[in-house]
Amino acid sequence: MKKTAYSFPEEVLEHVFSFIVSDKDRSSISLVCKSWYEIERWCRRKVFVGNCYAVSPPILIKRFPELRSVTLKGKPHFADFNLVPEGWGGFACPWIRAMAGAYPWLEEIRLKRMVVSDESLEIIAKSFKNFKVLVLSSCEGFTTEGLAAIAANCRNLRELDLRESEVEDLSGRWLSDFPDSYTSLESLNISCLGNEVNLLALERLVSRCPNLKTLRLNRAVPLDRLPNLLRGAPQLAELGTGAYTSEMRPDVFSNLAEAFAGCKQLKALSGFWDVLPSYLPAVYPVCSQLTSLNLSYATVQSPDLIKLVSLCEKLQKLWVLDYIEDDGLEILAASCKDLRELRVFPSDPFGLEPNVALTEQGLVSVSEGCPKLQSVLYFCRQMSNAALNTIARNRPNMTRFRLCIIEPRSPDYLTLQPLDDGFGAIVEHCKDLRRLSLSGLLTDRVFEYIGTYGKKLEMLSVAFAGDSDLGLHHVLSGCDNLRKLEIRDCPFGDKALLANAAKLETMRSLWMSSCSVSFGACKVLGQKMPRLNVEVMDESGPPDSRPESSPVEKLYVYRTVAGPRLDMPGFVWTMDDDSALRIS
Amino acid sequence: MSTLPLEHDYIGLAEKASPSSDEDGKTFKETELRLGLPGSESPERKPVSGVCVSLFGKHNNNNNNNNNVKSHHHVHVAGAKRGFSDAIDAKWGFSVSVTDSHVSESDLGKASALFSPLEPKTISSQQGNTINTPAASASMAIKEAKPLQEKSPQVPATNEHATAPPAAKAQVVGWPPIRSFRKSTMASNSTKNNDEGERKPGFGCLYVKVSMDGAPYLRKVDLKTYSNYKELSSALEKMFSCFTIGQCNSPGLPGKDGLSESSLRDLLHGSEYVLTYEDKDGDWMLVGDVPWGMFTDSCMRLRIMKGSEAIGLAPRAVEKSKSQN
Repeated sequence: MKKTAYSFPEEVLEHVFSFIVSDKDRSSISLVCKSWYEIERWCRRKVFVGNCYAVSPPILIKRFPELRSVTLKGKPHFADFNLVPEGWGGFACPWIRAMAGAYPWLEEIRLKRMVVSDESLEIIAKSFKNFKVLVLSSCEGFTTEGLAAIAANCRNLRELDLRESEVEDLSGRWLSDFPDSYTSLESLNISCLGNEVNLLALERLVSRCPNLKTLRLNRAVPLDRLPNLLRGAPQLAELGTGAYTSEMRPDVFSNLAEAFAGCKQLKALSGFWDVLPSYLPAVYPVCSQLTSLNLSYATVQSPDLIKLVSLCEKLQKLWVLDYIEDDGLEILAASCKDLRELRVFPSDPFGLEPNVALTEQGLVSVSEGCPKLQSVLYFCRQMSNAALNTIARNRPNMTRFRLCIIEPRSPDYLTLQPLDDGFGAIVEHCKDLRRLSLSGLLTDRVFEYIGTYGKKLEMLSVAFAGDSDLGLHHVLSGCDNLRKLEIRDCPFGDKALLANAAKLETMRSLWMSSCSVSFGACKVLGQKMPRLNVEVMDESGPPDSRPESSPVEKLYVYRTVAGPRLDMPGFVWTMDDDSALRIS
Repeated sequence: MSTLPLEHDYIGLAEKASPSSDEDGKTFKETELRLGLPGSESPERKPVSGVCVSLFGKHNNNNNNNNNVKSHHHVHVAGAKRGFSDAIDAKWGFSVSVTDSHVSESDLGKASALFSPLEPKTISSQQGNTINTPAASASMAIKEAKPLQEKSPQVPATNEHATAPPAAKAQVVGWPPIRSFRKSTMASNSTKNNDEGERKPGFGCLYVKVSMDGAPYLRKVDLKTYSNYKELSSALEKMFSCFTIGQCNSPGLPGKDGLSESSLRDLLHGSEYVLTYEDKDGDWMLVGDVPWGMFTDSCMRLRIMKGSEAIGLAPRAVEKSKSQN
């Protein structure tokens, strides 16, 4: 009898599958045949849900009964910029409750932009005996009481990362709830907390956890306590400092410098809140080994930044304020040949005049000098097509390019033309570009370029751009790999949206706010596309109290197998079939 | 409060409001923020140049003067529905009113003629769709008939802002795209670096939470995106109007019967709302008593509370601001 793949014992297939880790590949395996689907789903350990409303807890649990790791994302990206009102959704509780019942062996929960309650944290703390990793990224809704529950109960916790979450900080006492017998901490990020934690408890915790690799402190940890902490964890690879003091104290300085010198494994530094330039030399001993440096909260001027950065020859990632200026970026380009990622944030985004000498030239220098540069986030006040062209030609290996020219609709400052050609050059030359954010004066032409060349583009962010529906149509019809599209304040309307309705089922989500999409079109979309949730957000009242041709405030469309969600607040209306009938 | 700085109102109404600080009642009234709901007394509307900062409605200063001093901090009800409908008016040129109860036959007729959007020709794929049933059209018509009664001569708050020259650069919401975490961190960086209290050019983002008694969830506003009380009040009005008219309480049924009878009843019971804030000292004060700049400096959170609870605030607010000067 001929042996076929079907006659392999399941265990063998399982073993083979265990080497396949990427979600995409796992998905492909499950589509081969029914038996492979079955085997795969029983041995899947890790799941990533990019939109928590695309699927529901029961559906997830039914398909994957043996998960150990779940990642969920909630609110749309524009929630980061306050465009999504409070109460919109993204509640973690139903997920956590369901998983508590279904996955007693769950080890990892990673949530992004979700609303997490103390109750949810308590459920996590009590339900999963082998719980190891909790990452709450840009989440909100919980207090330090919830953290206390985690600290007190999760004996095997390895990672607690609260990055950029909004935590109601009731007291720093929670850290003391880690029992003395607890020693498995590997990564702790409390940089978002406002209040002081119990410093003694922190020091003891740090020194008794031999595998602690990442420690990101909050501002309330004063500088003079840092050396002790460092001495307690000389194996640290990533450190986020607390706050710096306002006056220079030589004893503190030398203590700190010595402590830093002892951290032979330190690769990443962040924090630096309120740093006095005279303290920066304390980190010089580790500069030559640093691969990641986040100075984006350090309000020091260019000369001090230059001194620091020029010592970091192995630097791969730099986040910095625009205080670095064009001169600093030129030095960066000359010193850090391994640079992969650069983010330059604005120090005074709401000022009417530029406060620093940072222009497009800085970015051009880095694009010339750093052959591995592939990820850029750059805030500036002027840009030209010529500069963008140069950058594009210098760096065809660019994969993420986000440019924010602070004043909306700014033209090429040299020619006063739109920046269509410049961004066109970017998409044309950077063939592997996956993420792009546009700004400046842009017409429909830039979208034509994007539709033509942006074949690998997965995420596009657009603001104050375009002339007509044609722009949107170019993108939706041309970008084969588009997953996320977010648009604000553009004159895009019904035609392009309805003509490309089917495209939306191939994407994770579409956000359009302050555009020209009519309520009527939203209804049509909702009715015609049952596998999309079409949600209209309007804070001035129900959309059906206005003419159908009225534009909606905000539109969020996403594909789903779970039907319309049931937890919408009063200012969100779903355009699905049933409710469209009810609305009338 | 010995002097009211001119800057407290960017629309240029400060000229009228400020110098005469001895006319305590008048200046307080002029900075007063009021929430009003329909069903309570609705005095005659003030002309555009009036200085009242009123949430959910407009009112007349003269009427206020006739009330006794204590009550000038009471809710002055001028029709929340009107305020809401003003917001709608400005946005859509179309208003929905609860207070008007009489709908004549001719109005119905006019309304259904006016109201064409549901007709098949505007959206081609709706042929034979049930939203074109006579019943549906009729209920829509009833809803739309009401605005014919509402010829609002008053100019909604939002229109005022459109014409007033901005004193400072208006911040567009969410632009430049900087995360709230970064904004609030940098904002406190600025204040730390300037012990003298001098405003460093920087982030000035002032997110405060706004809660409303009875509302299921709270909202957040960035005080920096407003330059005076009027802008703040109309924004809050928009945000919370859906709670006061009870529409948001029935998800999935927006506007099915227009505004339901029960929500109308609630409003008519005259629950009055007042806008208050918690300052840096943890005290709850009435919004509108102090110059705008002083308010944004000290406001930690906002609360729209029932008027009955707010009564006790009035004297303290007055005394406190007096002592601060």
